[in-house]
Amino acid sequence: MNATIENIAVSQRANLEVFSGTLQHLAQSDRDIIVVTSDSRGSGKLVPFGQKFPEQIIEVGIAEQNLVGVAAGLASAGKKVFAVSPACFLTARALEQIKNDVAYSDNPVKLIGISAGVSYGALGSTHHSLHDFAVLRTINNLIVVAPADNFETEQAILLAAETDVPVYIRFGKKQMPLLSEEEKTFEFGKGRVVREGSDVTIIGTGETVAPAILAADKLEREHNISATVVSMHTIKPLDYDLLRNIAASGQPIITVEEHSIYGGLGEACASFLIQNDFHNRFKIIGIPDEYTVTGSQTEIFNHYGISEGGIAAAALGLVR
Amino acid sequence: MLKVMSEKELAQKSVEYRKKILKYIYQAKAGHTGGSLSCIDILNVLYNHTMNVGPDTFDSPDRDRYIQSKGHTVEALYVVLASRGFFPESDLETLCKYQSHYIGHPTRKVHGVEQNTGALGHGLSLSVGTAIAGKLDKRDYRVFTVLGDGELPEGSNWEAALSASHYKLDNLCAILDKNTLQISGPTSAVCNTDPVDEKFEAFGWAVRHVDGHDIGELVTALDALPFEEGKPSLIIAHTVKGKGVSYMENQLKWHHGVPDKQQYADAIQELDALEVTLA
Repeated sequence: MNATIENIAVSQRANLEVFSGTLQHLAQSDRDIIVVTSDSRGSGKLVPFGQKFPEQIIEVGIAEQNLVGVAAGLASAGKKVFAVSPACFLTARALEQIKNDVAYSDNPVKLIGISAGVSYGALGSTHHSLHDFAVLRTINNLIVVAPADNFETEQAILLAAETDVPVYIRFGKKQMPLLSEEEKTFEFGKGRVVREGSDVTIIGTGETVAPAILAADKLEREHNISATVVSMHTIKPLDYDLLRNIAASGQPIITVEEHSIYGGLGEACASFLIQNDFHNRFKIIGIPDEYTVTGSQTEIFNHYGISEGGIAAAALGLVR
Repeated sequence: MLKVMSEKELAQKSVEYRKKILKYIYQAKAGHTGGSLSCIDILNVLYNHTMNVGPDTFDSPDRDRYIQSKGHTVEALYVVLASRGFFPESDLETLCKYQSHYIGHPTRKVHGVEQNTGALGHGLSLSVGTAIAGKLDKRDYRVFTVLGDGELPEGSNWEAALSASHYKLDNLCAILDKNTLQISGPTSAVCNTDPVDEKFEAFGWAVRHVDGHDIGELVTALDALPFEEGKPSLIIAHTVKGKGVSYMENQLKWHHGVPDKQQYADAIQELDALEVTLA
């Protein structure tokens, strides 16, 4: 039987649900926690939050530019503001507000991109965010995070609430497996090694870490290849120390992301490696520069090799 | 504590400010001359009469806020902030110079600036968020923003206008610097936004018109805020681009034209003469 993300995610929840639960927990004891939504209460699982804390949720309607500008204004007055909207709209429609009102003005808004990447599946490209890492990486004063599992999501939200710099956090709505029972540290800018290996390193981010782990299992089971798996939850600032250590081992490196192959995790890693004289064999797995195939998130992942089989095949190609 | 100024003193201040705007633009060889001269009377009344903010209270959560949506006329803001003691006026000698904080649009690196603006259509949303926070915290501060008529086609203004009335932000006042000119021509010809009063009224705002260069009318309108309880207020300030320098008035080229030596001397001479009549 092929392992699937669903059957290793038993008893775990979607990161989206962890996000909304964590926010409710925070809001109970902190009246400065404010959620701003753009008709995204339902898709953000924020209906219970709105019922419990009606004074702590600001609805602007379907108006993402205003969402981010209003959030910045609230943050400037001392509120801990979570601006919640589908990642596709938040980071494209409101990019100038993110750049100027949040990052440049240093208003520490927590930008929450829900249903990120290709989570919306067959709804198509209008609803996909395959550009967000690329564009947000170029904006000064913004932390960019894609938590992989429930633990990372909860930690990212808790940290974001207390941090005084702007943060973008994006995640999907699929049930995610717990990456590690042991590795219980989380800080922005520090990747988590969730599996140690010696032959190849797979660096995933967000919902691609789960298939990376499945691929590592398959490589060990079927090919006796031992893979390191990293959850590089923070795209910026990137964990250069960890990258340096991985590269120094000489292992081939594969990056996997739910994002365009341009400008995201893979190119960020490649840029660091090449400029620091590391010449490890290297491959970027992501969504290629084409009209994205129609399908569910899982079908799209499988189509482009963001899967147990696809990642394992890429690893075999580099190791041999 | 803000010294209470008479309308006559405010009128004198405006002339002084106009001269300083021209001085620093002339020295920097850069700046948005026409628009700075059209909005300066508004800023003068806001900072010297209406708002409870100064250098000593800028960190107070209860201060009134001013967010300049038409960020490009920053020279007007710098001159007023300097005169209110937020920073030494001599800092403006560095305007737009290499490594200066005093760049061509407002930034928070300059003491007294609330938000970094310059891209148009941002100030109203920022103001709405700040005003909502005031309501949530039951604080009495008010939020003021100056919009340009040229920036109104930015859709984000109208998104923000909706939220302002939806949340009944009577602690918010937008002042439209309606100088009727923008970089490529008359605003009515570029993208007509009139009747702008009816548009904002339809969006749930309480609207008044003033002569944006008449200190008395500005004072009266700002003293009457909010115009209606439960509604955001809009003051449509009818202004003249380049106001106070006759050869600049209503002339498109002075949007970001910089006077040469003779032009600068002529402008100062004209303003000096005006100053004498106000003394």
